[in-house]
Amino acid sequence: MISEEIQYQLMEKEDREFPDYIVACVGGGSNAAGAYYHYLNDERVKLIAVEAAGLGIDSGESAATSILGSPGIIHGSRTLLMQTEDGQIVEPYSISAGLDYPGIGPMHANLIKSGRAKVYSSTDGEALEAAMFLSKKEGIIPALETAHALGVLEKMDIKEEDVVVVNLSGRGDKDLETYMNYMEGKIGHRISDNQE
Amino acid sequence: MNRIKELFKKKKKDILNVYFTAGYPKLDDTVRIATNLTHCGVDLIELGMPYSDPLADGFTIQQSSMKALKNGMSLDLLFDQVKEFRKSHETPIILMGYLNQVIQYGQEKFLDKCVQIGIDGLILPDLPMDIFQNEFKKDLEERDIAFSFLITPQTSDERILLADQLSTGFVYVVSQSSITGKTGDISTTQQAYFDHINKMNLSTPALIGFGIHDKSTYEVACSNSNGAIIGSAFIRALDGEKTINDKVKSFVHSIR
Ligand SMILES: Cc1ncc(COP(=O)(O)O)c(C=O)c1O
Repeated sequence: MISEEIQYQLMEKEDREFPDYIVACVGGGSNAAGAYYHYLNDERVKLIAVEAAGLGIDSGESAATSILGSPGIIHGSRTLLMQTEDGQIVEPYSISAGLDYPGIGPMHANLIKSGRAKVYSSTDGEALEAAMFLSKKEGIIPALETAHALGVLEKMDIKEEDVVVVNLSGRGDKDLETYMNYMEGKIGHRISDNQE
Repeated sequence: MNRIKELFKKKKKDILNVYFTAGYPKLDDTVRIATNLTHCGVDLIELGMPYSDPLADGFTIQQSSMKALKNGMSLDLLFDQVKEFRKSHETPIILMGYLNQVIQYGQEKFLDKCVQIGIDGLILPDLPMDIFQNEFKKDLEERDIAFSFLITPQTSDERILLADQLSTGFVYVVSQSSITGKTGDISTTQQAYFDHINKMNLSTPALIGFGIHDKSTYEVACSNSNGAIIGSAFIRALDGEKTINDKVKSFVHSIR
């Protein structure tokens, strides 16, 4: 369980078992669920769920389920999903395959609706920039999904002394082609700038 | 009285239930196909409510559903088409689809509409039994709408008995652990599963479906239950150049 590992590592590095924030990307919600688990009832910890905004939440090309979705049934769960009035499931979009999902795990739908978790979203462009930043800064190439979580750090109201854990849900090896295309300016260059 | 219950009262053997997707191949083919099936003596019509994520269905029904949705099919249109069909025919009609469609339409509104236009039964493969018991059973009983649960080779005896108890009309015996649309003969494992179900002496009639695609598999299904459900094979038979009328007739006559 990754939240147990977080407790352990924080104790070593920060001399406390809990962070102020846990930030995780949410497709269906498995990596976020694991990261939140030990802290679900620990109100000292702010849970941050990051969805993929795709080309922008209102662009029609997005996967921000908690914002664009409504209650219904998807894949055996009653939760939030992106759907038409008729209940047909809408094809979502994100540059990352893993966040390109029209539903969200029911636990997360509940955490968000109850206010326990706060939702942010990153566009394709914000995620790509964040992936570049982490790669340069720390030599860690994150997965595109993970890059969405990193993409919201600037938007959050984080104080100097806050302890922030970003769950690195995966490595970027699988996304190198996308990153190279981005660096060569072939795709998504500063998509985020066009959104504002 | 509910037309499905009436049918099973009168007829115990060789019941043929044909499934097709409403609004496929063309939006206005629904009534034409249902009428032809009726003329061919098909006992039950299972009308698919096309859905974007048809969890239980294989390639053929996925494709027919996508096409129907592209054609502009909706639940309101489907209800209009059934209403049209009901002006002249009494063949029992079951709607097959997925829970989200019912919930988004509005459960009560949906069920009232079913009664109003003469739909006799429902199949919603993703409606869990406990939710059925707590949230659907009473509404269906009040309206005399039948409901069929699916059982598969993976279903425990305990759950089979519950499916038998909760189903009205018939129990849907899924012939193998797979989605719809398989072709192939009935295997000895499948036969053993049918034997097992028969030994359980269910109180509700049973129809075997999934993978029933020709005369020989139809006959095996009939000899092991009250009849068979054919879907994908029928939808595939709707391809091609001939008229819908000819295609429906030649398919049903190839079966029985
Ligand atoms: C690296 C990575 N992170 C996150 C996700 C999103 O899934 P979940 O929200 O279930 O963690 C995926 C999905 O494929 C993934 O590959």
